[in-house]
Amino acid sequence: MQAGSGKGDVQMKTHAIKLLKRLAAAVLFAPVLAMASTAMHLDKAPVSTDQQKLQRGAELFIKYCLNCHSASMVRYSELKKLGFDEKKITEELIYSGGKIGDLMTIAMTRDDAEAWFGTAPPDLSLMARAKGSEFGSGADYLYTYLRGFYKDENRPTGWNNKVFDNVGMPHALWDLQGEQPAEKYDEDVADLVSFMVWMGEPDSGSRKKIGIFVIIFLAGFYVLTHKLGKTYWKNTH
Amino acid sequence: MAANSSFQKYQSDGSRLGNLLEWFDARFPLTSMWKTHMSEYYAPKNFNFWYFFGVISLLVLVIQFVTGIFLVMHYKPDGTLNASGIPIAFASVEYIMRDVPGGWLIRYMHSTGASAFFIAIYLHMFRGMLYGSYRKPRELIWVTGVVIFLCLMAIAFMGYLLPWGQMSYWGAQVIINLFSAIPLVGEGLSTLIRGDFVVSDATLNRFFAFHVCAVPLVLLGLVVMHVLALHEVGSNNPDGVEIKKFKDEKGIPLDSVPFHPQYTIGHDLPACVIFLILFFGVAFFLPEMGGYFLEYNNFLPADPMKTPAHLAPVWYFTPFYSMLRAMVWNFFWIDAKFWGVVSMGGGVVILAFLPWLDRSPAKSIRYRGPIFKTLLTIFVIGFVILGYLGTKAPGYYFFGYTPSEGFNPLNILLSGDIHTRLFTFYYFLFFLTMPYWSKIDKCKPVPERVTSK
Ligand code: HEC
Ligand code: HEM
Repeated sequence: MQAGSGKGDVQMKTHAIKLLKRLAAAVLFAPVLAMASTAMHLDKAPVSTDQQKLQRGAELFIKYCLNCHSASMVRYSELKKLGFDEKKITEELIYSGGKIGDLMTIAMTRDDAEAWFGTAPPDLSLMARAKGSEFGSGADYLYTYLRGFYKDENRPTGWNNKVFDNVGMPHALWDLQGEQPAEKYDEDVADLVSFMVWMGEPDSGSRKKIGIFVIIFLAGFYVLTHKLGKTYWKNTH
Repeated sequence: MAANSSFQKYQSDGSRLGNLLEWFDARFPLTSMWKTHMSEYYAPKNFNFWYFFGVISLLVLVIQFVTGIFLVMHYKPDGTLNASGIPIAFASVEYIMRDVPGGWLIRYMHSTGASAFFIAIYLHMFRGMLYGSYRKPRELIWVTGVVIFLCLMAIAFMGYLLPWGQMSYWGAQVIINLFSAIPLVGEGLSTLIRGDFVVSDATLNRFFAFHVCAVPLVLLGLVVMHVLALHEVGSNNPDGVEIKKFKDEKGIPLDSVPFHPQYTIGHDLPACVIFLILFFGVAFFLPEMGGYFLEYNNFLPADPMKTPAHLAPVWYFTPFYSMLRAMVWNFFWIDAKFWGVVSMGGGVVILAFLPWLDRSPAKSIRYRGPIFKTLLTIFVIGFVILGYLGTKAPGYYFFGYTPSEGFNPLNILLSGDIHTRLFTFYYFLFFLTMPYWSKIDKCKPVPERVTSK
């Protein structure tokens, strides 16, 4: 009798523990599961701040994107911050015959673009900042989007996209993807995306550097004001 | 020269500066103002953490004015498109971010300042609820405070339109449309606010005028009134007792210290530095704050043809936005939208009546009973949940739950919509039943004089 009830106890306990574990798992993983069912899955973009990679990204961007898309809030002269010299920028990167202080605009008019693609290609200056969401950063979105084109006969351009259903944009990097192995293509896209992140806020590097000095200064100032402040309360109980 | 203040006029020590000061003080209440509001304003000696946020609000106010002035030098309130198809207003903000020297810092300080303002103000108001600071004789401080809060909301709402991004545009569109639900005058009113039938360049221009000129002027006047009212009756304190009951022979409250320098330098200055560390920490390292301070979608220029899939106001509006969405019934054959507006507006206005709703014998939470403590805790939790749900699309379920077919208690328990209605109801119930429960609550005896320090 006694032994039996003891066994029952143990069973009850393991049952209870199992139940608890299951509940905990449900609570912990429920959000993940639910997201997986409704949300888009984005690959993590290996964003880099390496100058070499950013330069490569800039070249790809200008060659492959800056014909349909403008980056009209960015000046060519900003590219100097990536280590390009002025000569290289004016001779090799400005296709339109413009000056180095010019904005990265394009010749195609909005009306023409709309007539050709159904919708005008958006300006890309801030795209990396704009595409952030609960599913991932803007860079993640771009990285997945640019690697997500697949052939689709039913589309006027012949292309469709994994994360943007019925997209109006053709696969602009098709040549680039075709001529090299997949890993190499991913690397190129990563460089391109890194450049687009940089372009979203070219000063973000110096922002953080200045920030560190400001915080250190304020921390020192705090110690001073704290000490000074205390002296005023010495005689108050 | 005859003066009508009771303070001794400044007397020169013979130096040039002294002479100038004497001349000035004879013609202007300089000494008397300094003494009334600073060196001889006697504040309770037991202020704590919660008493920082008035001064911090003032600091943020200054930050917003200064950075705002520099932004206006370069910003262009123009909704027309430039050659690249970007609205000029939107492009001018990016011009500030990229081409104006230090422009990014000015802009991030202003956008971070907007959120910081609301954090400080929410904590400042909550202090009032903790210590009963709105009770007699401080009703007017509280009421001016509520009007300030309304002004702040107006400034923030109109300022948010100015960058002319997708969220700016569609947020304004949705909120202004709500006014059209008001019977009879609604349509006319919303057209008047927009200056057009949809949000357009005309709207942008008038919001600009209100954001940089009209409302800040009113706000400034109200802040002066707020502080003058405070200095007329004196500050409350964490014990909620009147320090003026016990004075020394010179008429100075026994439990007080002069505001300057003991509080200004000895208390508020270090606190302001800590605040600035946090403030600049955000402005320099996390200006978007994960999409809460600067929403991602607002980096896309406004496009009247493309409605974003999910619209959410900036975090500081979300509790009241939830109250708006809680109303889904067409009472008395009037559109639910109208009741939404009533509930959202009522949520702010009801705060103004707090001094007369609270009948508790004790002011401070330190001596108030269990009913208040319990109801206030639920109130705070409810308010935070309302804020959280305001950032989510309708039909949201907690923990990513997907409602199941048929009857399942989890469908109700985890439903965001149900919680929105529940806590909105609770929010109003808390205030409307306060005269009753605050009276019967079992308070502890309140001491005669302040306790700590
Ligand atoms: C042949 C013209 C063309 C070229 C070249 C092109 N795009 Fe596009 N792109 C478009 C069009 C058109 C759209 C609008 C798609 C839509 O809204 O359906 C678009 C949209 C986009 C979007 C927005 C997607 C979204 O989710 O809203 C991104 C990002 C983008 N392009 C990136 C690029 C990049 C990076 C390149 C260079 C590798 C590039 N595009 C080259 C035509 C082009
Ligand atoms: C621009 C916004 C505001 C500024 C600059 C401001 C400033 C101040 C300052 C400097 C004080 C004295 C210091 C302190 O007690 O913290 C104060 C006190 C007070 N404020 Fe505000 N305030 C603002 C908004 C509000 C709001 C929105 C409310 C409430 C709805 C409010 C209610 C009060 C009350 C009740 C006191 C007296 C507190 C006490 O004595 O215990 N204020 N305010």
